Amino acid sequence: MKSTIATKSRGGRARLLGLAAAATLAATIAPGATAQGSLKVGIVGFYTGAAAGPFGIPARNAAELVIEAMNAGKVPAPYQSAGAGGLQIDAVYIDESGGTAKVVTDYRNAVQRQGVEAFVGYISSGSCLAIAPVAEELATFTILFDCGTPRIFEDASYTYVFRTAATATMDGVGAARYVAAKFPDIKNYQGINQNYAWGQDSWRDFELAMKALLPNAKSEDSLFPKLFAGQYGAEISSLSVKRPNVLHSSLWGGDLESFVLQSSARALNRQTTMILTTGETTMFRLGSKLPDGIILGARGPYGVYARDSELNTWFRNAYQDRFATPPTYPSYQMAQALLGLKIAYDKAATAAGGSKPTSAQAADGLAGAEYEAFGTTVKMALGNGRQAITETAYGLSKFDKETGTATITDIIRFPAECVNPPDGAKSVEWIQGGMQGAKCD
Amino acid sequence: MGYGLGLVAAAAVLVGAGWVLPEWALFLAIVSLAKGLVVLGLVVLWRTGLVSFGQGLYYGLGAYTVGLLPQITGITDAVLLVATGTAIAGLVAFALGFLLSRYREIFFAMLCLAFAMILYGILVKTEALGSTDGFHVVAVTYLGYAPAIESANQVLYVFTAIVVVVLAGLVGRYLQSVTGQMTTAIRDNELRVEYLGFSVRRAVHTKFVIAGALAGAGGAIVATAIGHVDPEMVWWITSGEFVFVTILSGSGSVIAPFIGSTVFELLRSFALEYAPNFWQIIVGGSLLAVIMFLPGGLWSLVAKWRASGR
Repeated sequence: MKSTIATKSRGGRARLLGLAAAATLAATIAPGATAQGSLKVGIVGFYTGAAAGPFGIPARNAAELVIEAMNAGKVPAPYQSAGAGGLQIDAVYIDESGGTAKVVTDYRNAVQRQGVEAFVGYISSGSCLAIAPVAEELATFTILFDCGTPRIFEDASYTYVFRTAATATMDGVGAARYVAAKFPDIKNYQGINQNYAWGQDSWRDFELAMKALLPNAKSEDSLFPKLFAGQYGAEISSLSVKRPNVLHSSLWGGDLESFVLQSSARALNRQTTMILTTGETTMFRLGSKLPDGIILGARGPYGVYARDSELNTWFRNAYQDRFATPPTYPSYQMAQALLGLKIAYDKAATAAGGSKPTSAQAADGLAGAEYEAFGTTVKMALGNGRQAITETAYGLSKFDKETGTATITDIIRFPAECVNPPDGAKSVEWIQGGMQGAKCD
Repeated sequence: MGYGLGLVAAAAVLVGAGWVLPEWALFLAIVSLAKGLVVLGLVVLWRTGLVSFGQGLYYGLGAYTVGLLPQITGITDAVLLVATGTAIAGLVAFALGFLLSRYREIFFAMLCLAFAMILYGILVKTEALGSTDGFHVVAVTYLGYAPAIESANQVLYVFTAIVVVVLAGLVGRYLQSVTGQMTTAIRDNELRVEYLGFSVRRAVHTKFVIAGALAGAGGAIVATAIGHVDPEMVWWITSGEFVFVTILSGSGSVIAPFIGSTVFELLRSFALEYAPNFWQIIVGGSLLAVIMFLPGGLWSLVAKWRASGR
């Protein structure tokens, strides 16, 4: 990614002359073109309801921060050029709450009534599955930033739809690999997951991966309390009796916090090693109330697992300064998707030769790309270059009493090709087949 | 005679609007009209003094029929799909009606809700149907005609308009018939209706089947339009939304549900656009305002305007 300043002005002759010197200078380094004007981007997430606190609001905060910096050209290199393909991003925030029918209706309204030209959004897998064909029908460039189901690009193929975060398959496989590496002698494991698609899929992937990696450990009957149950007394009693060596959970938000508080009050964490695949979202909220030695996941190398880089330092500091809390994984995933948008339009602007890029040109720009984001390297490797794979990391919780902050120890990183299926393979079949072709060195 | 002409005129106006409306409004109109069918069913029940908090059951059955039938049988014809969805929802309502027609008031409402939540629970546990994520609905054809992707919504709109006019016309006819007229009588005094020689249970059962079938038709059309079905269509909040729109509409006419449904969808759509963080308050506040100032629903405005005209 090189900066591009060359400009084709529609009317501003003086501005054109003013930029001419700089443009010729820049053009010798990086031939390219940028369009002028603005790009209306729909930013969709749960801004109300139970998923707003842990996911929607952190994502929205990141979007505000990154879009503002991007428009001003203040994101560190290599993203220092202003806007996306020279276009100023005009964000339209759209709430994802209210069910699939509403989500689809709002998407159509945004495109056809409000003139939204591209989207970055969607937290629920149900929303993503419903939106993808609509985006295709309306030929609108759409980046899914957080939802987990691998079905989107495994059951269909798209031109305009992208996902810049890895699928939930990575979370289950990574969790199982961490257990296999750190606790290879466990006798049994169990799960407690919410009874809906996310919980069922998370447990299925983890269990299948465990069967492949530790075939001698026994899988106990998994618990599926209902979504937003909030009370886990009966489940904790049952777990205290069974005492599985490892307990897998993909609970999130209020459910996760309730479960952690209720189970640690009954010392369940001393009888079993818990693995919380979305635990990173609540580690700072829980602080000292989160017991030490719990395996925490962040759905990728985000938040505390993000790699050190100039980009990461800038993002963390800017986020902390503005919102008085460190960014968690939904913030990273949103920021990562916005970089994807920028790359797509930067490349598309060159292809469009100064006129406003189309969605098709933007899609060509991002397909198969590999780029540095705030947490890690993103490779658009699956689904015809439209589904990302990234490395992932797991570690153990540790509350630092001296500084009074939640930290992580014993981090293990797994390369992208180690925890994601190869292109063309279906996730479930790949795990069942013993994860053939995984490169873990 | 006049009634039939009125229907043809209504169909002509609705279908004609399809050429004038912008694309976003066209889609909103399809969804509003389809959900209006569900509300029409609730209006039929409401006139009898019954409120169902479980119409999501029939709405979801219609929708899942449209989702599953093409996968099982390969049928993609919209007419057949919507007819089957309506029939299945109607049949389930018929079966459950034997039990439900014995109950009134809160017991009726809660039992309806319970049956809907049973289906919800089954769907959530069925991973083969995508659990809460749901699954895609294939593109439909119309009597052998497969519209291009760009004009699919136009064609679906015309189809929806015709279905709505036919079904609303039939319901209008039914409400004018003797058994239909019995609705309000049952609400006022069941005992007297029995003494007049009519079976209240049978009348309630019939209305319940009508409401179920209409909800099935609505769900089938919405599934076609959205292109996706998931268990949220069966959830109690969806059922509650239909009751919400029923109160907003008022029970004065078979046209009222469609006006109420359209107003509701527009309200929600614009509230979301201008207040993404508190659109629910605007929608809820509007309902409170309607209950306080227009106890007869939006239709009372039309009724008032008509009365002043005469």
